[in-house]
Amino acid sequence: MDFSLTDEHEMTARMVRDFAEREVAPVIKEYDRAQRVNPDFLARMAALGILGICIPARYGGAGMDYICLGVACEELERIDTSLRVVMSVHVGLNSLGLLQWGTEAQKQRWLVPQARGERYAAYALTEPGAGSDVVAITATARREKDVYILNGEKMWISLANVAHNFLVFAKTDPRAEPPHRGITAFVVEREMAGVTTGDIHGKLGVRAGSTGWISMDDVEVPVENRIGEEGEGFKIAMSCLDNGRYTVAAGATGLIRACLEASLSYAQERHTFGRPIGQHQLIQQMIAYMARDYDMARLLYLRAGWLKNLGRRNTRETSMAKWFATEASFTAASNAVQIHGAYGYSDEYDVERYLRNAKGACIYEGSSQIHELIQAGYALGYRQDKPLRCELPAYDPEYWQTVEDTL
Amino acid sequence: MHIVVCTKHTPDTEAKMSVDGAGNISWGESPLIINPWDEYAVEEALLLREKYDGKVTVVSVGPEEAVEALKHAIAMGCDEAIRVWDDACQGADTLATSYVLARTIEKIGDADLILFGKSAIDAQTWQTGAAVARRLGMPALMYTIKIAELDPDGKTITVERLLEEGRQIVTAPLPAVVGTTKGINEPRYTSFIGIRKAAKMAYPLWSLDEVGAEIERVGAAGAAVRWPQVFMPPVREGEAEIIAGETIEESVSLLIDRLMEEKVI
Repeated sequence: MDFSLTDEHEMTARMVRDFAEREVAPVIKEYDRAQRVNPDFLARMAALGILGICIPARYGGAGMDYICLGVACEELERIDTSLRVVMSVHVGLNSLGLLQWGTEAQKQRWLVPQARGERYAAYALTEPGAGSDVVAITATARREKDVYILNGEKMWISLANVAHNFLVFAKTDPRAEPPHRGITAFVVEREMAGVTTGDIHGKLGVRAGSTGWISMDDVEVPVENRIGEEGEGFKIAMSCLDNGRYTVAAGATGLIRACLEASLSYAQERHTFGRPIGQHQLIQQMIAYMARDYDMARLLYLRAGWLKNLGRRNTRETSMAKWFATEASFTAASNAVQIHGAYGYSDEYDVERYLRNAKGACIYEGSSQIHELIQAGYALGYRQDKPLRCELPAYDPEYWQTVEDTL
Repeated sequence: MHIVVCTKHTPDTEAKMSVDGAGNISWGESPLIINPWDEYAVEEALLLREKYDGKVTVVSVGPEEAVEALKHAIAMGCDEAIRVWDDACQGADTLATSYVLARTIEKIGDADLILFGKSAIDAQTWQTGAAVARRLGMPALMYTIKIAELDPDGKTITVERLLEEGRQIVTAPLPAVVGTTKGINEPRYTSFIGIRKAAKMAYPLWSLDEVGAEIERVGAAGAAVRWPQVFMPPVREGEAEIIAGETIEESVSLLIDRLMEEKVI
């Protein structure tokens, strides 16, 4: 057994950390306060290759492995959740979905520009009336010769107002039994007639990130834009979540680290009763919890990344990592505010932002309650993974890093 | 054009230093990184290569851990890396280190330009670059804030040096040693292509024999400096006082009153 990271993992972490510390950390508070997206962050992440980090070089990516995706997410969310959210939707939920399920032509058409960071990507499953209950979606896709006509509303979509390509799930057969067999996946492009998007303001957290809605009004989507078969959308949506949740888990781990670092520094500089508060046992307890949860969250997401590298199914392990890390990040942030006292309650320090940002991830990409049901299902044997028609390819450095034999 | 960048590994800037009773310095668990000032030298070399073609070789005299600095330079985009080491090199000062570096650059042979960071963040002597220039008989253009002109065919370089009184413009023949300063450029991040190359590359180790260095002139034996006592500086004691008024003018006036009261001004 070998727990060590490779030079590639370590150097990736350092590069992403340098970027986030140098370019994002100094200004993030200002954007969070103003509830504004800084468009430069996305452009810079694109230019540095971060948006295509684990996509094979032949598809325009940086050719790194799935663990590099994880450590990058950890470093990004250590500075701000909005940066990691970009990775979750652009890479985890969309680009890796195309890598797993797309035809060669579809990869060339959408994955390549996304991996190069020329086109931004999002994932549109949730609707105003359907979140955890995925089969309750009401968006429809009606086939007419060579096109599908899409209608419906998508809600709480990260990068809704920014992305160019949306992976949209809609019902091609609203009367299918069981209902999940009626869902189909499509690539919808912003330029298509009938697509409108908008931002949602007034969110508790991730205020520097773009979250919004997408409305589709008789959008004509060519048959070539269908990902997978008709009725395969539910499986595609769920396998995309295996990758999205991985990035959320890794990011939440970074948030715990941010809470720990802030708390360590404050506990050593703030004095009460004649000594640094770090010498008081009840403060130490909160710090011990953070240190423990950071290690546990990190081990859990790295195990999921390791399984991905091997090409092994990781739905259970990824769900476990996401569930644990997000809940632990919320607790860590709450304790970090507590340690900072009244200062932690004001936005003079970063920890109040950590607390607000942590809550979202306990809700999206499977609420904590959904993950509890998943874990109980596996433990009790009620739930078993069935092989998929297309699996996420195992990481093969040779294949990932050579570009010569494209096509 | 062949540009050689000399670098060393240093503890991270956030490392906590400690000294034990015997005077041994420890940086704790801190990761070793490329000396941050050397990143400016590497960046300048890469910019010059983009403009004039050629190659950039990064050199370090150091133990196994020095590879970390070389890796970073390769991941930024340098072409080749050389590490020189022998256990006898331990305990060196700038005199001994500059000797090994000078022998190494002579062995490389075709260097047109040798770049240094302004200093190393651990020892902070600011001497090694100038010492190497002296040993090689090359002009030492230290504290360079801008390379204004470079003529690889005519073999001349013009730089702006940052002095206390202002800027000095100097023209010198090549090969020359240039000491860069902060502000000469903005060092790039490592790239994924660079990271992959750095992770895969073999880092050649040159011995003292290979560079033609005599063992009695390296390390502690070749050093002129002795460290009879090493200790941590005493912790500074003091109290911070926040002086705040309703307006900036009022704050300044309160500050002046306070400073005069304390007889500081």
